[in-house]
Amino acid sequence: MAVTAIFGARVKRREDPRLITGRGRFTDDIRLPGMCYAVFVRSPYAHARVSRVDVSKALKAGALAALTGSDLDGKVGPVPCAWVITNAEIRVPTYRPLAIDKVRYVGDPVAVVVGESPEKAHDYAKLVEVEYEPLPAVVDQEEAMRSGAPQLYDDVPNNVAFTWRLSGGDIEKAFSAADVVVEKRLVNHRLQPAAMETRGIVASYEASSDSITAWITSQNPHIHRFLISAMTGIPEHKIRVIATDVGGGFGSKIHVYGPEAVVTYLAKTLGRPVKWMETRRENFLATIHGRDHIQYVKLAAKKDGTILGLDVRSIANLGAYLSTAAPGIPTWLFGLMLSGPYKIPAIRCEVMGVLTNTAPVDAYRGAGRPEATYLLERMVDILARRLGMDPVEVRRRNFIEKEAFPYQSVTGILYDSGDYLAAFNKALEKIGYAEFRRRQEEARRQGKLLGIGISSYVEICGLGPSRAVRATGFGLGLWESATVRVHPSGKVTVYTGGNPHGQGEETTFAQIAADQLGVPLEDVEVIHGDTGMIPFGMGTYGSRTTPVAGGAIALACKRVIEKGRKIAAHLLEVSEQDVEFRAGVYSVRGLPEKSVKIQQVALASYAAGSRELPEGTEPGLESTAFYDPENFTFPFGTHVCTVEVDPETGMVKILRYVAVDDCGVRINPTIVEGQIHGGVVQGIAQALWEQAIYDNNGNLLTATLSDYAVPTAADVPEIETDETITPSPHNPLGVKGVGETGTIAATPAVVNAVIDALSHLGIEHIDMPLTPARVWRVLRETRKGESAK
Amino acid sequence: MLTLDQFDYFAPSTLRGALTLAARYRGRAVFLAGGQSLLPLMKLGLLSPKTVIDLNRVRGLEYIRGDGRWVRIGAMTRHNSIATSRLLAGKVPLMVEAASLIGDPQVRNMGTIGGSLAHADPAGDWGSVLIALRGVIQAASLGGRRLIEADKFFVDAFKTRLRPGELITEVRVPVPPKGSGGAYLKLVRREGDFATAAVGVQLTLDKTGAVSRAGIGLTSLGPVNIRAVRAEEALVGRVPTDGVIEEAADAAASDARPVTDPLRGDEDYKRAMASVLTRRAIKLAVSRARGGA
Amino acid sequence: MAQKGLVEITVKVNGRVVKRAVEPRKLLVNFIRDDLGLTGTHWGCDTGNCGACTVILNGRSVKSCNVLAVQADGAELLTIEGLASDGKLHPIQEAFWENHALQCGFCTPGFIMQTFWLLKQNPNPSPEEVRKMLAGNLCRCTGYQNIVKAVLDAAAKMRR
Repeated sequence: MAVTAIFGARVKRREDPRLITGRGRFTDDIRLPGMCYAVFVRSPYAHARVSRVDVSKALKAGALAALTGSDLDGKVGPVPCAWVITNAEIRVPTYRPLAIDKVRYVGDPVAVVVGESPEKAHDYAKLVEVEYEPLPAVVDQEEAMRSGAPQLYDDVPNNVAFTWRLSGGDIEKAFSAADVVVEKRLVNHRLQPAAMETRGIVASYEASSDSITAWITSQNPHIHRFLISAMTGIPEHKIRVIATDVGGGFGSKIHVYGPEAVVTYLAKTLGRPVKWMETRRENFLATIHGRDHIQYVKLAAKKDGTILGLDVRSIANLGAYLSTAAPGIPTWLFGLMLSGPYKIPAIRCEVMGVLTNTAPVDAYRGAGRPEATYLLERMVDILARRLGMDPVEVRRRNFIEKEAFPYQSVTGILYDSGDYLAAFNKALEKIGYAEFRRRQEEARRQGKLLGIGISSYVEICGLGPSRAVRATGFGLGLWESATVRVHPSGKVTVYTGGNPHGQGEETTFAQIAADQLGVPLEDVEVIHGDTGMIPFGMGTYGSRTTPVAGGAIALACKRVIEKGRKIAAHLLEVSEQDVEFRAGVYSVRGLPEKSVKIQQVALASYAAGSRELPEGTEPGLESTAFYDPENFTFPFGTHVCTVEVDPETGMVKILRYVAVDDCGVRINPTIVEGQIHGGVVQGIAQALWEQAIYDNNGNLLTATLSDYAVPTAADVPEIETDETITPSPHNPLGVKGVGETGTIAATPAVVNAVIDALSHLGIEHIDMPLTPARVWRVLRETRKGESAK
Repeated sequence: MLTLDQFDYFAPSTLRGALTLAARYRGRAVFLAGGQSLLPLMKLGLLSPKTVIDLNRVRGLEYIRGDGRWVRIGAMTRHNSIATSRLLAGKVPLMVEAASLIGDPQVRNMGTIGGSLAHADPAGDWGSVLIALRGVIQAASLGGRRLIEADKFFVDAFKTRLRPGELITEVRVPVPPKGSGGAYLKLVRREGDFATAAVGVQLTLDKTGAVSRAGIGLTSLGPVNIRAVRAEEALVGRVPTDGVIEEAADAAASDARPVTDPLRGDEDYKRAMASVLTRRAIKLAVSRARGGA
Repeated sequence: MAQKGLVEITVKVNGRVVKRAVEPRKLLVNFIRDDLGLTGTHWGCDTGNCGACTVILNGRSVKSCNVLAVQADGAELLTIEGLASDGKLHPIQEAFWENHALQCGFCTPGFIMQTFWLLKQNPNPSPEEVRKMLAGNLCRCTGYQNIVKAVLDAAAKMRR
């Protein structure tokens, strides 16, 4: 698939020069003449009736605007849910941009004020008076489902927004044929995405064209445009959304939030630019959280370790409102991958989505797949323990063989390509598995706790084929767009609907186009993020940008080359069939010296005279492609981690971390490795440190970066990366996604390692995060149990 | 956007000027030293003072001096200055060790020992270190100066014996004699975090190898930095064998008055860590006193 | 001296003297970004943990969100914009670029300024020392691995 050395090369990123000199343009860097500032007033209660919101004092003191939920009623509509999942009975409660009668989580916004300066806006916000009648709150999803629990909505009984089901194979047969059934309750706890840049918007109204320009910290500017238009009534084509430099997203900047529509509305009514940037505290209270599943799992197996069936009942905490993509994350993106890299003949899955008085939950790096992989990898290890088998052996026995691809999972999904055993063996060799087991034995004799944990994964990304996606209830197809424009001088601009915010596609997409078209890398420019410049794009999330947006670019390049062939044939005075194209040159088959460069063809296409352009061919050399992939992509791999646990303090130290990943063809290996490093550290963080914690009254105890334990450089290990390369057969470039694989794989690798370190003491499972206090308590209880014998 | 509430601001350039303001505003103003604790509280809206008195321009409060049997440290001395002080590395290495464990490098460049002590966070490190060293805190007001022993300085969480109108001006530490060793061990969730639990030990061995003097301070193990009196008593006059050290460690667990922290560990865990860290810190201090590392 | 209302401050920023009147409550990071228009210094939290706002104040790396602008009166300030000279990148900037030590780039100026200071303290740090000296800067994208590599690379470049 690579034509030149550019494709696959470790090219330095062209995003970097502006970012390393402080010349990046992030949303808070935008300054416009006449710009004023918005501040939101938010509920301090997790659950309360709102009897009065009085903004009069703020207005009297000089606020340029002060609005309540009632003021917006009929003017700015509710936040839509864009994934009304199928296979479920689902109720979508009304999600107002500013709450009116009731607030449902701490941080729920009830009013907004605008001031000339950030300081004035801050002062005006303090003058808003709100009367609340607190109600009992519920934060845990299982408690919220019980009768007698506080009800968030009159029309959502027992706070259950949906019950979703998926199954394949004969689950009853599987369990009746089983030699062993492993049952476990697993908790995949709540996380805060914590991108380093908080969210915000600068909205500006241009009276002369009656249009809005909004700079938003968005992973998908067109989706923001589409939904803000729906909420405000401002026509879609009169809104331009620009995602300039975005400081990380991890899923939290996909969704449309009330404040973004409110600020857009304010800009229009005030007729001047309005800026809003959330504080970190607001980010932690009101930007979506991730994960938060309680899973009841039953695994049926034969005594030789062969898995016969998996039965999962998951209870997902959705928070107080259904966020943009929320219903699909714990259901489709979770359930479809419950086979993992294993041949599981029967799977049954039921998911209940429950509303509670907490921040809304939605996609966070991995979005459903970490929850599936964690479940599988923990259950496989527990099964191995119960059967007295090596966890390596159980995995080997159950892996889908490489001859079986494309593989139809009983969940209904078709894995495109894979060779799980190869990556697995490579990882085990790299970590020195057998040698470590010897060290572990020796260490145990000295009372030291060493452990090794494996995580074998396959995940579903490169979202996604529109027909399949729409069949799950997602609002739009997940195709992607690209325009490839060759200018008269032969320089190229690529307009992409993908929206990188750190992933490096300004560089890798230039590599794709340069390689396909055979032009120098520096002649290609990549434009993204501005709805005024690019065709409609679905944005960057779900590790889709390289396969799908990249695929669109490849498709557009192909069409450009084909059109160029017509023109080249005309210039060379031969027929089209006799013209070959390679590395930027059109030549006559058999007569390589009779050739013309693509730059000459480009000029000819614009010159368009009778010598340059054949009859019936339009001038210009560009193409727009909307690429709808025929399938998702399925990257895979095995990660292995070794740890030492301090038996006295419960502290876990990671000794080594090995990641062997296969994301198909790699456009820029350095960028791929960077994605894996970052993803792995977030996965380790869930296993050991990070947890979003609410008290029983719905107060978020981890609302600062001092409390929420994001790791530092001093806490994390070096990650040893390696790869296998199994191209995706359906993708034009053979690439799969890789942005989330590190996070998906790492969490169970670390947890498995810690449990392995303690397994000889009879410990089978500990819920995450494996904080020192938690590990210590389990060890102490185990010791007490021992001495009681 | 990070915006604070409005306040009146003073930046006196002399100690007398600062004390005059302290007297005039008696308890109604806050003092800005390093700002690493104060400013976050103000940014979160947890503290909204009407008046801020900036001590950073007051001349003569940043110094580290050897003065015979004592080392004297100005209240505005930054943690990093202590961490890199050659004088302290030679005379009171426990302070160098502890300083380098406070917060992170940028915090250490601004945070001050006086500010930290006056803030009296139970997770503050300096109080425990001074308790272990038997240090004293000098407080000044327009009415004069007085010395307060470190283990008497803290009354409750975020409350000290400083009277309205008083400022810490200096910290004094007796230079440990030959045959002394100290250690500060801090358990954290992740680097830069407040201590889950921390223990500071400073002891001296006499010619027979017995502990002639022992100071033990506990961090994040009670409402204040605690002097582990029983643990000290378990050591003094005895040769620190493993058994003796174990007794001292057990005693430290009963000296501790931990409170469950939903983020870092419950009461049981903290009490157990009091014991574990005390044992480890004593062992390290003893080995250093004997001339080891 | 009593200060009500605005305070006049004079600061030498990246070699240039500027005079402004500010409210005492204005944080240094906001002064740098809003009053001086130097938006390369970022902010990412409200408790002084993330380090995105790190600048060099009188030769020391500090978190500018935890310093009042008025405290910088009479001081020398170096921000990310002042690092490259005459269009030529500082070796630290080059090293970050060459080692893929940034992804979204939001935390990057803070890391580069902290690196500038840490290499002055210790021109030949070990990887562990680098990690500890960067503990005041958070990154969510890179997992830190390539940042450490870049710092060591910059150190080697600067020692030559």
